[in-house]
Amino acid sequence: MSTATVSTLKGARLPKWSPYAIAGGSVGLAIAIGLAAGLDSRVQWGLIAAILFIVGTYGIAARVEGKRQAKDRIATSLVWVAFLLAVIPLVSLVWVTVVRGIKVLDLYFLTHSMGVVADTEPGGGIYHAIIGSLEQVGLATLIAAPVGVLTAIYLVEYGRGKLSKAITFFVDVMTGIPSIVAGLFILSLMLQFEMQPFGFAGSLALAILMMPVVVRSTEEMLKLVPNELREASLALGVPKWRTILKVVLPTSIGGITTGIMLAVARIAGETAPVLLLVFGNPFINTNPFEGAQSSLPLYIYQQYANSAGSGAAYDRAWAASLTLIAFVMILNLVARGIARWKAPKTGR
Amino acid sequence: MDTTQITDTPPPAAQPTATEQKRAARGATRPGDRIFLGLSRGSGIFLLVIMAAIAVFLTYRASLAISKDHGNFLTTFEWNTGLQEPVFGIAVLAFGTIVSSIVAMAIAVPVAVAIALFLTHYAPRKLSGPIAYVIDLLAAVPSIVYGLWGALILVPHMNGLFGWLDDYLGWTGIFSWQGGAPRSMLTVGILLAIMILPIITNVSREVFRQTPRMNEEAALALGATRWEVIRMAVIPFGRSGVISASMLGLGRALGETMAVATVLSPTFDIQASLLDPGGGTFAQNIASKFGEATEFGRDALIASGLVLFVITLLVNGAARAIIARRAEYSGANA
Repeated sequence: MSTATVSTLKGARLPKWSPYAIAGGSVGLAIAIGLAAGLDSRVQWGLIAAILFIVGTYGIAARVEGKRQAKDRIATSLVWVAFLLAVIPLVSLVWVTVVRGIKVLDLYFLTHSMGVVADTEPGGGIYHAIIGSLEQVGLATLIAAPVGVLTAIYLVEYGRGKLSKAITFFVDVMTGIPSIVAGLFILSLMLQFEMQPFGFAGSLALAILMMPVVVRSTEEMLKLVPNELREASLALGVPKWRTILKVVLPTSIGGITTGIMLAVARIAGETAPVLLLVFGNPFINTNPFEGAQSSLPLYIYQQYANSAGSGAAYDRAWAASLTLIAFVMILNLVARGIARWKAPKTGR
Repeated sequence: MDTTQITDTPPPAAQPTATEQKRAARGATRPGDRIFLGLSRGSGIFLLVIMAAIAVFLTYRASLAISKDHGNFLTTFEWNTGLQEPVFGIAVLAFGTIVSSIVAMAIAVPVAVAIALFLTHYAPRKLSGPIAYVIDLLAAVPSIVYGLWGALILVPHMNGLFGWLDDYLGWTGIFSWQGGAPRSMLTVGILLAIMILPIITNVSREVFRQTPRMNEEAALALGATRWEVIRMAVIPFGRSGVISASMLGLGRALGETMAVATVLSPTFDIQASLLDPGGGTFAQNIASKFGEATEFGRDALIASGLVLFVITLLVNGAARAIIARRAEYSGANA
């Protein structure tokens, strides 16, 4: 404060260390108040400190720097607080999953099913769920990826007129379908044709969720391919379909792969449709076309819901969560890696 | 060559009839082209067929159930599908879905906007890149994991907050608490807020980043503080983007199933208090009633799913419309 310059162009400024000083002061005061008033909850101490900090900052800054600067300082602290506030649950989520999950996650857990293990007892594993997940997600990808990519090709390379407008619109609409509604749609088909739950039904619902995501991302990638490449190829007399297959797709294949992998990561975590259509099964069922299966997200839910508060079941749920998160994160990281590695090089 | 390009060229002197011209154009295409066009157009049409099939089948199965409903489907406070004379209605579910989403939005939107501003205008540049990346990754965490975390970690931690809210704000009725387990609409709303935070943050951040540099610098040159720059240049520019981001988040919150199903302890009534356990949402009700439902019960659940479908379509449609309008506007600006 004493360092305020004589210049008339610049108003008085608080020194750089002032926010820290105010923060320290308000924390100390809050602890004193908390002890004096006998408040037990640390959360209340924190709240008091926060309020003191904000009031203190505003008061001091308003006196020294003026009202506008004071408002600016408050906005700055609020933005920081919002950020820290949001970080807490997200960090806690990751932290808890890792710490609790690592307890039972070992090779035995990954290679055994729940076949002879009661939900409330320790032991067992997620082998059957991994198989179910891989098969259902794999089949869904086999359906959704070609349809999605071809639709995107149609929209970018051929699409003009009403049909492509309608497709674009309904792809947008489809992106917003809640996963449980996709599950209900396949369920209504199964009720209509009197079928029992089986893995492939889940795949169909997952494919519905995956298609619009693939279309969107592929479309973006195809639009990035420079028109000169297409024109050069067409000018050489190459048919359009070969131009698309040999020029357009190879140029954008990195981005398309990334999009598909991100879509896979998204549907791998879907629980609701699997719950309705695949039903869950503690035994190993490798045939996705007959009989109930399990899947990782469904396994987590059922371990949580059917366990009657058993610690062993919660441990398994956390370990399965960790496996699922690891799978999704690896897919994400690899996908982003591919995107960076295959990104169209500029200046060549 | 493809058909559209040929029809684009000016017609030749001796003009054949339109059908002849079409046939000639078709004859000129190679079989490979025709197959490829057929395949890709077929995929697009396949998507449209799926959408139509979803609407048709859901409506059909729903109508089977609603026609036998002995209550009013829209206003009945009950869900008894196993009775001789089934009675069920969506009033409680609609209320719960809307309330939990409103709570989620009220928490998530301001925080997400603040984080987006933090990343674009406040954070040290070295930090903002990695943080944005991590938030991207968090958007990919499966909802069931959020649900598990919410049920086992968040719920026990809510007791303190609930007691405090009851002590000081209990008189409003909205925040009164009878001391039950905090598996209530407020907890659900908080969990949903945490879940939709990354997506709202991501979209808002993209929008804020596109703020014309000139506007910001002009404000700075006039002596504005950072907050004034944000209020005068960044927020007005990004408002529609933030609204559409929020709508996308809302769409997620409305349809979220597992996180609600794990956290909420449902009852089939409407209560004013956000803190007492009870209520239900469309998606949660489907997931938890599905196991013991008969075929008729499942049809009834499909009927409630149809309502959810329509609601999310409207919300998402509105969000897309806002984005589309914005795209035109910023295109003109570029």
